Amino acid sequence: MDMKTDFFRLAEELLGLAQGDEVLLLNFAGEATDFVRFNQSRVRQPGHVHQRYLCIELIDGQRHAGARITLGGGHHCVNGQDESVDRPHAAAVVGLLRSRLADLPEDPHLLYNDQPQSTDQEGENHLPDVEEVVDQVLSAGAGRDLVGLHAQGGIYRGFANSLGQRNWSATHSFNFDWSFYHRADKAVKCGYAGGNWRATEFSTRVDTAVAQLALLGTEAQTIAAGRYRVYLAPVALADFVGLLNWGGVGLKAQRTRQSSLLRMTTDGVRLHHSVTLMDNTRAGVAPNFQAEGFLKPDHVTLIDAGAHADSLVSPRSAREYGVPTNGAGAGEGAESLDLAAGDLPAEEVLQRLGTGVWINNLHYLNYSDRPACRITGMTRFACFWVEAGQIVAPINVMRFDESLFRVLGDNLLGLTREREMILDSGSYGGRDTSSAHFPGALVEDFNFNL
Amino acid sequence: MLKTVEQHFRELTPAVDFCSLRLVSRQDEVIEVRQDVLQPVDTEDDVGAMITVVDGGGLGYAATCDLSAAGLGEALDRATRWAQKTASAAIVDHGKVPRPPSVGEYACAIARPWAATPLGERIDLARQECARLKTDDRIVDWSASLWWIAEEQLYLTSDGGRTQQRFEYLIPGLSVTANEGSETVSRRYGGFDLGRQGGLEILDDVHFFDQAPVIADEVLQLLVAPNCPTGTMDLLLDPDQMYLQIHESIGHPLELDRILGDERNYAGTSFVSLDMLGSYRYGSDLLNITFDPTIAEEFASYRWDDDGVAADRQYIIRQGILERALGGSTSQMRATQPGVANSRACSWNRPPIDRMANLNLEPGTSSLEELIGAVEHGIHMKRNLSWSIDDSRNKFQFGCEHGQMIRNGELAEVVKKPNYNGISATFWRSLKGVGNAALNEVLGTPFCGKGEPNQVIRVGHASPPALFADIDVFGGE
Repeated sequence: MDMKTDFFRLAEELLGLAQGDEVLLLNFAGEATDFVRFNQSRVRQPGHVHQRYLCIELIDGQRHAGARITLGGGHHCVNGQDESVDRPHAAAVVGLLRSRLADLPEDPHLLYNDQPQSTDQEGENHLPDVEEVVDQVLSAGAGRDLVGLHAQGGIYRGFANSLGQRNWSATHSFNFDWSFYHRADKAVKCGYAGGNWRATEFSTRVDTAVAQLALLGTEAQTIAAGRYRVYLAPVALADFVGLLNWGGVGLKAQRTRQSSLLRMTTDGVRLHHSVTLMDNTRAGVAPNFQAEGFLKPDHVTLIDAGAHADSLVSPRSAREYGVPTNGAGAGEGAESLDLAAGDLPAEEVLQRLGTGVWINNLHYLNYSDRPACRITGMTRFACFWVEAGQIVAPINVMRFDESLFRVLGDNLLGLTREREMILDSGSYGGRDTSSAHFPGALVEDFNFNL
Repeated sequence: MLKTVEQHFRELTPAVDFCSLRLVSRQDEVIEVRQDVLQPVDTEDDVGAMITVVDGGGLGYAATCDLSAAGLGEALDRATRWAQKTASAAIVDHGKVPRPPSVGEYACAIARPWAATPLGERIDLARQECARLKTDDRIVDWSASLWWIAEEQLYLTSDGGRTQQRFEYLIPGLSVTANEGSETVSRRYGGFDLGRQGGLEILDDVHFFDQAPVIADEVLQLLVAPNCPTGTMDLLLDPDQMYLQIHESIGHPLELDRILGDERNYAGTSFVSLDMLGSYRYGSDLLNITFDPTIAEEFASYRWDDDGVAADRQYIIRQGILERALGGSTSQMRATQPGVANSRACSWNRPPIDRMANLNLEPGTSSLEELIGAVEHGIHMKRNLSWSIDDSRNKFQFGCEHGQMIRNGELAEVVKKPNYNGISATFWRSLKGVGNAALNEVLGTPFCGKGEPNQVIRVGHASPPALFADIDVFGGE
């Protein structure tokens, strides 16, 4: 199963179907993933998913039509010629799209890259034997309550157009996302992701988690609603700031006045000077090309030293608002969100927190007042009450409702010097290639309301 | 294609305890007109198969889009390998899970098929409604959309089971956004919550063509409205908020796989435990909740679930008392509890898990006038805007697009950014009024997320308006 060969073979066969001034854009997304789900240190559902999708966009002037189809993959001999097995179906779809163009008006916001820029990112495959990983996980879970998902395999993205551009991205990665449960809703959330599984590294992570698990043995405290000094660990802060990907950082949201950061451009709201946020494609793991063939710059600075900087601009927004695109996808969200480190040493966080709440994880975030960039959500997993710089006890879950303008503004006491690289374990439709590189944040007057 | 795949499956079935193939073929089309400009009309044609093998007590699956004999054969080998490899570590003896070999066909009722209406006319439907939304210079964004889905499922088992089901869905939507300075408000109709089974007749059934002027007017009212006040008051929720209240604080906590811990690493656990089934007072006597896959137009109606189990209507909560949870045959065996036929997968490339499907609040006896008239100090909220709930499905907070104060039994001023919060375990006990059958609305969302690997699936919720006593309400900044 060679997805790259299959895709480019099919692409060559399809791109020749463009007639006259027609332009064809092809986007490929494939993966071959083993998913093993665990609960109570047992195997819940083990399996494998092999999927290949092709998006075909046929453009004639300013008219265009698109279709997404599944591919079987492979090739066979037809009349003595080696041909992709998917050619007949895909070619028929091109014909259908051509027939639809007559029913479609010209699209004033159509924009695609007509300056071919070919790239090839082929990651090495050092993935472990998945059955050996399962054995290690089951061993780690012995005598404990382990629940989670191990995913591993290749993730493939390709682009080709009839103008001669070819792009390819292949990564071979694993992502074991799991929790050790103490009881009820008290657990330590863990993760181990990358390309090269090392049993010793996994064992170290297990030992670290087990040590944290011991902290959950103390009877949980229920804190009253109110304002507290808190430490948001990198994963929690990435979740909080990550909500900006939902209508916060895109140009369309800005221009239609719906951006949660609107007050930074209309009312002069500024964040703390230590806050610099970017979509850092170069440091992430997502492909550096997008559906219309534009390449992404190494990074786009969204907030620079507390001030609003650039927005993510999709090709459609670029055409609609008359500005250059910076390679964003249609959703105008950052795939490699990167918050600059601060100068707070991690080993001083507990002492600087003093009395307050240590938050390792958040859950189910949503805007409660979008223009005010006010976000509600829950604490989750191992969060602790801290007194005089010492962890006292886990807390029962609390609801927060707080503005990002305050958390990363006047109430921000510091960002940690150390950052954590967080590889997204999401798999809606397919395995996610998003990532976040975040420090932790010490924040005062953080509002818990329930 | 179905015949070929079925032939391959019958020929390739390995010598294992049980084997199934679930073929899913789905077509999508989305038509959206935004600011009177037709957005890209993209279509999707997705087809693939999930092989499930049970052998020696283990279960393995393999999903593939390669439907050739070789592709299905490879998937059978992988699924068999996973079943055998993990049999000794499986969380349950899958060989003991009942798997009835159901046989039959089902097709949802369609009066006006989407595909029978030319593309140009489908576009015009959205274009005409979009054009009615821009009624004022303060309206800065507006759109109308129609999302159509057709799905065919074939489920085959090695012991002769064969079910075939065909569905079509339509999700219409309108959206309008108004702005002044740095204040922005939106009103929507459908989009997230108005999914139904059927054809274009749905547009008339949900009064789609009446809504553009209503929400365009309401968004301008909201733009100049005061913020929702803070306080404890009675809360009257319309069906377009009730659907999500039911979904989040009854549906999810009652999913058996959550109660059994499967979701603890991702979607979360539940405040409900197995010992509460059959006796727990979930809500007031007015709370009657049914699992009902038999309502023809509801979003998640079906004849068999994705394990081939026949689906029927069941009371989940009756007169406030929790009777049973929402779990398919595997979860029922693990929990030694009755459940419902709700083992469902979002597509061919994900394995079935417990999903709530159609979960409805049964109508009460009150008219809208009676519900409003019963409120001395309260608020009427419409259409969900924001939702969040803890991982045990207890502490929730919701925001709505539109609020209107109620004083001395009468509707008063409009307020913006209405929010409320509460705790599931006590919230439903404050239910003090339920609208009658004439007020019942059949709604549904295509965006219920859950599972590892992740799945987003359709669920249906029918509900009349409902009134709650003494709820904590607040507004924006």
